[in-house]
Amino acid sequence: MSDSTTTPSGRLPRRRGAGSTGDIIFEWMCRSAGFLVLLLLGAIIVTLFIGALPAFREFGFDFLFSTKWDPVEGRERFGGAVAILGTLLSAIFAIILAVPIAFGIAFFLTELAPPWLRRPVGTAIELLAAVPSIIFGMWGLFIVVPFIQRNIQLAWGEELSAIPLIGFLFQSSNFAGTSIFAAALVISIMILPFIAATMRDVFDQVPAVYKESAYGLGATRWEVVSKVVIPYTRISVVGGIMLGLGRALGETMAVTFVIGNANRMVGSVFDATTTIASVIAMEFPESLSGSLQQSALLALGFILFIISFIVLATSRYLLRSRLKA
Amino acid sequence: MTHGFNRRSLMLGAAALPVAGVAISPAWAQQATITGAGATFPRPVYERWAQAARDPVGITLNYQSIGSGGGINQITARTVDFGASDAPLAQAQLTERKLLQFPTVLGSVVLSANLPGVDDNALRLTPEIIADIFFGRIARWNDPRIVELNRDLRLPNLPVSPAYRADGSGTTFIFSTYLSRVSPEWRAGPGAGTAISWPAGNGARGNEGVSNIIRNTPGAIGYIENAYAVVNRMTTTQIRNKSGAFVKPETPQFLAAAAAADWSVPNFAADTIDLSGPTVWPITSPTYILLPIDPPADKVAASRNTMRFFDWAYRSGSDIARRLEYIPLPDATHAMVRAAWTANVKDPSGRPVWTPGAA
Repeated sequence: MSDSTTTPSGRLPRRRGAGSTGDIIFEWMCRSAGFLVLLLLGAIIVTLFIGALPAFREFGFDFLFSTKWDPVEGRERFGGAVAILGTLLSAIFAIILAVPIAFGIAFFLTELAPPWLRRPVGTAIELLAAVPSIIFGMWGLFIVVPFIQRNIQLAWGEELSAIPLIGFLFQSSNFAGTSIFAAALVISIMILPFIAATMRDVFDQVPAVYKESAYGLGATRWEVVSKVVIPYTRISVVGGIMLGLGRALGETMAVTFVIGNANRMVGSVFDATTTIASVIAMEFPESLSGSLQQSALLALGFILFIISFIVLATSRYLLRSRLKA
Repeated sequence: MTHGFNRRSLMLGAAALPVAGVAISPAWAQQATITGAGATFPRPVYERWAQAARDPVGITLNYQSIGSGGGINQITARTVDFGASDAPLAQAQLTERKLLQFPTVLGSVVLSANLPGVDDNALRLTPEIIADIFFGRIARWNDPRIVELNRDLRLPNLPVSPAYRADGSGTTFIFSTYLSRVSPEWRAGPGAGTAISWPAGNGARGNEGVSNIIRNTPGAIGYIENAYAVVNRMTTTQIRNKSGAFVKPETPQFLAAAAAADWSVPNFAADTIDLSGPTVWPITSPTYILLPIDPPADKVAASRNTMRFFDWAYRSGSDIARRLEYIPLPDATHAMVRAAWTANVKDPSGRPVWTPGAA
């Protein structure tokens, strides 16, 4: 009250009063929205863990290492090793396929491409990221799988498995084409835009003066990239790759279409196997609520959550300088 | 009266059908809705029955094909009026969940193979060979054991690629039950269930996924529902049945299986797998409805309507079922199911919800 008497204009304190109520409401709305995210994340972890508890209690640490997944009623045995390994292997395999191409794209866009071409190619990469995963799944099922089966396995299978030392990687009794190789190929195309876009952005952040100095000393383009750009951006590049890895781990629909969904350890790139996300997508609808099978599926989900969390946290950590900028 | 009717028909904009409007509107007024959820396998026949029953019975059925497991979960929670399951529930589960189980139709599972140059229903397989194929023990189609059975066919030197349902499904339950029946080793190994651990081959989602593997892969063989196989013109095989005869997957062989089954077992959990009889197709199975036996007062009408709906389906739905490649049950079985309704489903005051002739 005393405030209003000292103010020259009588309207100002009233406006301030009304505004501060609004400010408080707005502040609390924003605050609760922020907390909601934390609450949701926590609730998901807790729900998964509670659901997974019966399976963890029944199998203990063996759940991580057992390869037996037997949902037949009366003799249920669940072990997540095949799905966990399938998830990690297909994701790492996809990274191995995607990184060289992503590097090529980033190198082309930052060093080689004429300026008028950078925009359209960059946009095309970003559009690739917008393609729904089910489309990649269909493409994988109808194009990639028959191609692998006919033009690689049936045509070159014997020659490939005759290669000394690494031949066993191609020796498989599975001739359907649906395999960890098909899955890795489809995932690699899906994560390519994320890795390529990150690489292009970090390559662009290399101060021009470093590159120009190197060129001034007579370095070739390749020498500039390998001796200046890569060392300067190394950690951010690894962070971008981890970001792609995070995407690859959780991919469900496209992988389910092409991986063959078999709870068997892979011995060759043409073997069918499964991933955590595929097992959950396939078996969850038919699992009875409260059954050990459902609990084991939730346990797998919990493990996937932990793996993804570690990978994404690592990528955030490695990319921290770039994210701050 | 006349005035009101005219205005209504104008509002509906149905000037062309004033007479039909009069005939339909009272029926619509009496429409009762029942909801069911469960097995995907009988969905086509339940939907066609629902369409056909709307006018004569005055019941609208809302059926969600979310899978047998989901159907059991939902009827246990009583969020629907009835559940549907491909695999029969054990007595203990039915007692615990207070459910009555009765069959509606039979379905059959067939084997489909992609062998270039081999005609539909030409390939002959024995149960032992089928089990070995799904164990992954037969590498090539020109294996001497298969050639010996099929002297008249030219079998290609293609790798054998078994295909199976990776999603939990009644079809897998039926087929793995058959394999367990014909092979003791399968019973001790992978076993029988809606989802099992397959020793060899590739998994896909749904009949369409398995069919896609079969179509795409020369040398692939997989099991699918007969209804799906017929509609999509899949190439199927003959199987040697328990009586030693090679049978083709066709309607008379399926009906023979329905007739050969013993339906007087508890909960109608009749065993229709690998029955004896010269014309019996060995892989068939009934699909079931699960109905609460203790409907609370506000659910008694829905419970009665569910039974009225399936009573109508038993009386008038056999043709529809047959057209969709399902196998209708024998009339004697229908009578047994009606008796079970009267004996088991009671309203809160203990009176049977269903009385003969109530429809």
